[in-house]
Amino acid sequence: MTILTLIFLLPILAAIALAFVPRNFAVIMRAVAVGVTFVTMLLAVQMFWQFNGAPADEHGYKFVGTIPGLGAESLGIACKFGVDGLNVGLVLMGAIVAFAAACCAFEIQSREKEFYLLLLTMTGGILGAFMSLDLFFFYFLHELALVPTFIMIGVWGRGERRNYATFQITLYLSFGALLALIGLIALYLQMPADARTFAIPALTQYFAAHTMALGAQNFIFPLLLFGFGILVSLWPFHSWAALGYSSAPSATAMLHAGVLKKFGLYGLIRVALPMMPEATQGWMTLLAWLCLGNILYVGWVAIRQKDLNLLYGNSSVAHMGFVFLGIASLNLVGVTGAVLIMVAHGFLAALTFGLSGFIYHHTGTLVMCELGGLARRMRFIGTAFVMAAMAGCGLPGFLNFWGEITVFFGAWTEPALRAVVVLAIWGALIIGAVYMLRAVRTVMHGPSDEARAYAPNVADATLWRKLPYALLIASLLVFGFFPRLLTEKIKPVTEQIVSLATAVRTAPDSAPAIIAEVPGAPAAPLRTAANP
Amino acid sequence: MNLSLISLEILVGTLGLLILLVDLWLPPERKRRLGYIAAAALVLLFVNTFTAHSSCALSGTAFGGLFVQDALAVFFKRMFLLAGVVVLLMAVEFADRVAAGISEYYALILFALTGMLFAASANNLVMLYVAIELITVTFFVLVSFTRGRVTALEAGVKYLIIGALSSAFMVYGLALVWGITGKLDFNELAMVSEQYLGNRVFQVGVLLVLVGIGFKIVAFPFHIWAPDVYQGAPSPSAAFLAFGSKTAGFVLLLRFLFGAVPALTMHWEKLLLVLAAITILYGNLGALPQRNLQRLLGYSSIAHAGYLLLGVAALTNAGQAAILYYLGGYLFTTLAAFVVIVAVLRHLGTEDIGGLAGLHRRSPFLAATLALAMISLAGIPPLVGFFGKFLLFKAVIERGAENHGYYLLAFVALVGVVISFYYYFGVVKALYFSQGAPDSAPIAVSWPLKAAAGGCIIGMIWLGIAPNSLWTVARRAVGALAGMD
Repeated sequence: MTILTLIFLLPILAAIALAFVPRNFAVIMRAVAVGVTFVTMLLAVQMFWQFNGAPADEHGYKFVGTIPGLGAESLGIACKFGVDGLNVGLVLMGAIVAFAAACCAFEIQSREKEFYLLLLTMTGGILGAFMSLDLFFFYFLHELALVPTFIMIGVWGRGERRNYATFQITLYLSFGALLALIGLIALYLQMPADARTFAIPALTQYFAAHTMALGAQNFIFPLLLFGFGILVSLWPFHSWAALGYSSAPSATAMLHAGVLKKFGLYGLIRVALPMMPEATQGWMTLLAWLCLGNILYVGWVAIRQKDLNLLYGNSSVAHMGFVFLGIASLNLVGVTGAVLIMVAHGFLAALTFGLSGFIYHHTGTLVMCELGGLARRMRFIGTAFVMAAMAGCGLPGFLNFWGEITVFFGAWTEPALRAVVVLAIWGALIIGAVYMLRAVRTVMHGPSDEARAYAPNVADATLWRKLPYALLIASLLVFGFFPRLLTEKIKPVTEQIVSLATAVRTAPDSAPAIIAEVPGAPAAPLRTAANP
Repeated sequence: MNLSLISLEILVGTLGLLILLVDLWLPPERKRRLGYIAAAALVLLFVNTFTAHSSCALSGTAFGGLFVQDALAVFFKRMFLLAGVVVLLMAVEFADRVAAGISEYYALILFALTGMLFAASANNLVMLYVAIELITVTFFVLVSFTRGRVTALEAGVKYLIIGALSSAFMVYGLALVWGITGKLDFNELAMVSEQYLGNRVFQVGVLLVLVGIGFKIVAFPFHIWAPDVYQGAPSPSAAFLAFGSKTAGFVLLLRFLFGAVPALTMHWEKLLLVLAAITILYGNLGALPQRNLQRLLGYSSIAHAGYLLLGVAALTNAGQAAILYYLGGYLFTTLAAFVVIVAVLRHLGTEDIGGLAGLHRRSPFLAATLALAMISLAGIPPLVGFFGKFLLFKAVIERGAENHGYYLLAFVALVGVVISFYYYFGVVKALYFSQGAPDSAPIAVSWPLKAAAGGCIIGMIWLGIAPNSLWTVARRAVGALAGMD
């Protein structure tokens, strides 16, 4: 049993164990959830710490371990876990956010048993999905984590539009996930019948050596791009996100916006880019323009929000635009930056939804014009709120800054993307600052009206309640001051992925393979290979 | 004449007759227990199929080729036996709502089961017809058994009329096929079917046989009876109809299409594609507005027939094996849902989904069972419904490279699955989310029924996360059928 299988099994087994605890022992449920996520987090930190020194297998994955008995050998499915530089940061981030979410779940006052059971399932599922080296379990475990989200919003969600939000997010995300599933199955079927496997390393290796037929690439890639895109709220498929998050209990919103949503991005980088380079090169221009929809349009929508949670929801959608821009740049700097933002935004989204949950718990409202002057009475929360806003604007010192700046540098080096970069920077600096600072002004500053109904309830967080916020801010700052901790791990992997994704190969459909071996044969120009 | 090959069928049939006989001497208050005895006997027969003493350990043909015992037949027979056990346990629970003799009800279940066992081994058009009739005729009675209820009578009449009509179509089809080819045996038909490919009368004959089978599997456009009958029939009958009758239809469909007329089947991929697509959409769209749980399951049964037809339309062994796997999972899933219906409705007096409100407080176990069944029907990991759909999708997409229509079919199926989330989650929502339960008294469930539900849950989870063993068996079972790979 490796440390990774332990990270996966611990929350899952704890969830199963909770099913057998009588429902009257709510304190035990909460203690188990917090304790188990805490241990999981410690294990993830230990794994992250030992990562550099650990031995790697022939594909560059470390801590590789299998859970025997799961899967089907005859179909090439095995439950295998491993990490490399790409997902090690995500696993660490996921484990920290899961612990923070469990801490922030104090607001749940009914049916604690089901809630913590689902929370632990979600944690195990999503960490497993990030660590999975098998395409089948990659999808399977994500679905396992996704479905609890729907139930949690439906049962413990808030707001009048809760039911609508539940069904919207369920149908929208399921549709996206199933699109991606069709793409993944089609990808698997591109292997010759006797060598078929769902093992990601084997698939990557095979498609690096054998170019997939262009017709297949151009069929599969859009399925993955839009399937994963729906899961990540790529504009114009983002409309589920803001309402869904604002209706969700804060622990769910933290885990989903912070961790679960990164699954689609991770899938694009891990699966779509290296295996289908020709299609990737053809579709990236479109992706770059779509990401402007996230950054500019959704950012603009965020400015107009009156509800703090809707603002955070939209801002989380807007931030995804930077990740897409980094992926679209298809170079080492840009993709590395994209991975940095994925980690940074995980902490940030968890922090913002955790804070809004705290405020809601104390005031009973998140409508911004009804709030005001909270910083006077909530000193710690106020500080955390301002720091989250600063991180959201990309202030140096926070990890978000490094992510965004690398993405912009990376994208700028692609001449075709310069116009996009100019607009995106504008969106990041101006639009982001406007909505974040406006939120700080209306919610935290201004006169604190003691006549308001909630006024007697306003109090700062106790030491124990401060912990999750402090932990998330600390993570942002630690990686913000020492981004090397992440970049040195990410770089070798993104280098390899980018070199696969930008490889110029003679496509098998357009010309016989022999031509490629003729010395001096002119190579096809970069972006026309798939888009003649 | 090889009687040892059909010993299983003889035993089940005799068991039914014995129950009728014992009924004559048993005091009324103890008749209910007979169901447990019958179920126990079926469990023994099921366990016995894994030993060398059973007819399932043998292979070969009997009655001059009418009856064949092969891996495919054994696969289905085991499923039918398991289904029979659970349905009998449900019937015991249901006994106090049956005005007529409960022993007859048990016996009829066993006779229908015999028909299903024969269907699994049918290797001849006559055998196919006899097996279908044995199932259908017993179901005429099973469906209208609670004859005091108007809905049950309506269900019975509808099933009778449409069932008789489709049987008539089928006989006509058989006559045409026999008249043209002079063959009834599937193996002989397979050898000559290629030379009759262009013969219109032969084609019409095969189509009419498919009409009869389509009635059993509830495929569009032969589905119209399903919602009404599911709604009106006593719950155990509906459960047996949902799993047993449909599964028997599928084994006959597989045997007929790929065993008897493979050459023609390979030419009809477009027809199968369209049928599967319409069945999926019809079932799922029809289920959307339903408020009656059994009626909803009726529409969902149409949708699932559509998913299963994906595997038929793929025309490959992988597709056929996927059907077998899916049915294996469907066994646990549907029966789990009906076990809860039987156990709860008795206290509820209504079949409306709204009546399920607060069930999670009254009986957490039953609520969890029904929720898991719905999640599995929707096809969400880690339950078996997901892996079954995964296999079916895979089989369909695999053919996409040759015929792009298959990609379209996969997309239609995807839309169907997404639609189905809405109504399956509606049930889960009623179970867990909705407030204002009318009654909050705990629901007592007898332990055999609890054990059945527990077994279904274990089956759903186990087949969902460790699919290897059943998949290997399913692959082996379809070896006898023609396919493209």
